[in-house]
Amino acid sequence: MTDSSQTLETLANSDYKYGFVTDIEQDTVPPGLNEDVIRLISAKKQEPDWLLEWRLNAYRHWLTMTEPTWARVHFPPVDYQSISYYSAPKQKGDGPKSLDEIDPELRRTYDKLGIPLAEQAVLAGVAVDAVFDSVSVATSYKGKLAEKGIIFCSFSEAVREYPELVRKYLGTVVSYRDNYYATLNSAVFSDGSFVYIPPGVRCPMELSTYFRINASNTGQFERTLIVADAGAYVSYLEGCTAPQRDENQLHAAVVELVALDNASIKYSTVQNWYPGDAEGKGGIYNFVTKRGLCQGRDSKISWTQVETGSAITWKYPSCILRGENSVGEFYSVALTRDYQQADTGTKMIHIGKNTRSTIVSKGISAGHGQNAYRGLVKILPTAENARNYSQCDSLLMGDQCGAHTFPYIDVHNPSAQIAHEASTSKISEEQLFYCKQRGIGAEDAVSLIVNGFCKDVFKELPMEFAVEAQKLIELKLEGSVG
Amino acid sequence: MLEIRNLHVTVEGREILQGIDLTIGPGEVHAIMGPNGSGKSTLANVIAGREGYTVTAGEVLFQGKNLLEMPPEVRACEGLFLAFQYPVEIPGVANLYFLKAAVNAVRKYRGEPPVDAMDFWDLIHERMELVKMDESMLKRSVNEGFSGGEKKRNEVFQMAVLQPYFAVLDETDSGLDIDALKVVADGVNALRNAERGFLVITHYQRLLDYIVPDVVHVLVNGRIARSGSKELALELEEQGYALYNEEPGRARRAAA
Ligand SMILES: Nc1ncnc2c1ncn2[C@@H]1O[C@H](COP(=O)(O)OP(=O)(O)OP(=O)(O)O)[C@@H](O)[C@H]1O
Ligand SMILES: [Mg+2]
Repeated sequence: MTDSSQTLETLANSDYKYGFVTDIEQDTVPPGLNEDVIRLISAKKQEPDWLLEWRLNAYRHWLTMTEPTWARVHFPPVDYQSISYYSAPKQKGDGPKSLDEIDPELRRTYDKLGIPLAEQAVLAGVAVDAVFDSVSVATSYKGKLAEKGIIFCSFSEAVREYPELVRKYLGTVVSYRDNYYATLNSAVFSDGSFVYIPPGVRCPMELSTYFRINASNTGQFERTLIVADAGAYVSYLEGCTAPQRDENQLHAAVVELVALDNASIKYSTVQNWYPGDAEGKGGIYNFVTKRGLCQGRDSKISWTQVETGSAITWKYPSCILRGENSVGEFYSVALTRDYQQADTGTKMIHIGKNTRSTIVSKGISAGHGQNAYRGLVKILPTAENARNYSQCDSLLMGDQCGAHTFPYIDVHNPSAQIAHEASTSKISEEQLFYCKQRGIGAEDAVSLIVNGFCKDVFKELPMEFAVEAQKLIELKLEGSVG
Repeated sequence: MLEIRNLHVTVEGREILQGIDLTIGPGEVHAIMGPNGSGKSTLANVIAGREGYTVTAGEVLFQGKNLLEMPPEVRACEGLFLAFQYPVEIPGVANLYFLKAAVNAVRKYRGEPPVDAMDFWDLIHERMELVKMDESMLKRSVNEGFSGGEKKRNEVFQMAVLQPYFAVLDETDSGLDIDALKVVADGVNALRNAERGFLVITHYQRLLDYIVPDVVHVLVNGRIARSGSKELALELEEQGYALYNEEPGRARRAAA
C-alpha cells in the first residue's frame, strides 16, 4: 500500500502524464481523402500492386457505407476530409538500420513514456515494436527472435520482406468490407506490427507494440497481423498514448489474429489514449476492430484488455471458433470517468464442435462516465456441444455515471450450454469503513476494492503489465472518491 | 486508556446514546450487555469513527488524545480495533493481501518501513494457530462466502495480527458454536495483558465464563443503567432486562 499511495501522490498532479508533444519534423500528407491520397501512401511504402488494389477496393467500398450508429456513444460527426492520413517523422535516407540510428528526439519520447528502445534497457524478456504516428520506428530483439524463425517487424517491412505471408493472411479475419472503420483502415492503414510464429515454436519473450499518436489532425490507422502456425504460442502486448490536444483524433485500427492447429495466441492491451479533459473536450476516438480466428483444432485465442483512456472507445475483440475444441477468451476492464464513453465487449462465434468461450467483463464508471458492455455469443448449427460462460460486472462510483449491459445470445444448436451472470454494484460505505477501521485510508481503500473487482482480469495479464494496469486504474480513480 | 464522558449521540435526529460515562483502564476487560436496539453497536461505531452518527455532547479520550477529532483510519493506526458485528465482504481482495495492507498502513503511520515478508509470514502463521484458522482462508477474498462463524473468527484473527492497544468486540460470540466460542475466547485471552484494554459487547453470559470481565455494564435505552462485577451477567441471564426498561431511577431501586 505504501508504494501505491506514493505513486498516487506523485501522479496526482499530472492528470494525464503522457500529454506532451514531441517536436520533430514530420512528413505529413495534407488533409483529405481520395484515391490519390491512397496511391500516395502506397507509393511512399513502395507497396506491390496487389496491395494498392486491395486498398482501392476498400476505399471504393467505404464510399458506399455509413457510420454505424448502434453503439451507445454520442459524438459530433467526424469530418473525414479534415484528417491527414499519413504522418511520419522525417528521416535522412532509408531510415534506421539499427536501433542506434533512431532520431534521438524520438528515442527521448519513448524514454519519457517508459518504453526504452535500447535492447539492453528493455524490460527483461519483452521485445518492442514502436509505432509513431503512421510508421514503425523501431523493433528490438529482432535478431534473437529470427534465430527461432519468428518474424516480428513493422507491417511495412513485412509487406516488403514477406509478401506471400502477408498476402495469404491479410483480410482473412477482418475483410476490407467488414465495417465502416475497418474498411477505412483497409484503405489508408499506414503501419503496424506483423508477427509470424513458425510451427511448434513457443515465442520465448513477450512481444509488444507501443503506439503513439503525436502529430495533430492526423488519424492513426495501424494494422496488426499475428499468425501462430501449428503448435505455436505467442503472448503479445499493446500499449498506447497520445498528446493532450483540444480536438478529437481518430484512431481506427485493425488487428487480425490467426491460430492454426494447437496454436495459442494471448493478446493483451493496456489502452491509455488521451481521454479528453475534465469537461469532455478533446481526446481520442478509439474505433477499433480486433478479431481472432481459431482456424485449427485445439487452438486458443485469449484477449485481455484494460481500457482506461480515449474519449470514446468502440471495440469488440472477438473470436471465431472454427477449429474443433478451440477456445476463445475475453477478459476486459473498462474504466470511464469525466465524460468518457465506452461501448465495448466481444463476439464469440462458435462454429466448430466442442468449442468453448469465456467472457469476463468489468466496467467501472466514475464522474459522468458511461460504460456499456455489448457482447454476442453465437452458436452455429455445426457447433455441437459448444459452451460459453459470461460474467459482466459493473461498478459505479458516484451517481452521475452509468453502466449498461447488452448481452446478445443467438443459439442454433440445442446442445449448447450457456451461462450468463451480471451484477451492478457500488463501493459501499460499509466496505470503506471496514478498510479504514483497519488503518487503510480512503484512497488506498478505493484502489484495494477496485483492484479486487478487477482481479479476474488482471490475473490474466503478464506480470509487468498487471502492475502497470493496477497503477493506471489507481491514477485514473484519483479524486473520484467520496 | 479509554475515557468516555457524558456522550450523547444522535442518528438521523434521534438520540440513541443519552449520556454515556465509561472509563476503561489498561489491562481491563469490560463487558456491555443490553437489549436489542439499546445502542451497543452505536457506541462501538462512534468509538471507531463511523460516519452517520452525530455527537451532540460529551467527549471520548483514547490514551489521553481526543478520539472524536480523528478520522477512523487514524484511530485504527493509533491502536484501536473494532471486531464488527457484521463483517463486510470485499470481493476479489485476498484476506492475506488485505491484512498486509492493514499492517503496512499502521506501520507507515508509525514511521516504520513495510513489514518484512518473512516476518509477516511467521506472524500470520503463529496467529492462525491461535485462532485455529485454516490456511485456505488466507487466499479467499475478505469475508466472501465465509460462514457466520468463520467471519467472526476472521475478525479475531485480524485483531491478533494487528495487536491493537484497545479492542471493541461487537457480539463476536453471536453465531458461534461452542468450540468456536472457546477458540475465540482463547484468542482474546492470549492477547490480554497489562497494557491492552477490551470492551466486549455480548448478549450471553456464557462468553463471560471464558473471557472473564473486570466490569459488566448494562446498557438500556442509551444509558448505562448499572455496572457491576461478573455476577451481574448471571443475574441478567436469569431476570432479563425487564427491570431496566423503565426510567433509570427504577432500575437502581430494583437492583438495590
Ligand atoms: N444508521 C442508522 N440509521 C438509523 N437508525 C440507526 C442507525 N444506527 C442505529 N440506529 C438505531 O439506533 C438504535 C440502536 O442501535 P444499535 O445497533 O446500537 O443497537 P444494539 O444495542 O447494538 O442492538 P443489537 O443487540 O440488536 O445489536 C436502534 O434503534 C437502531 O435502529
Ligand atoms: Mg449491535
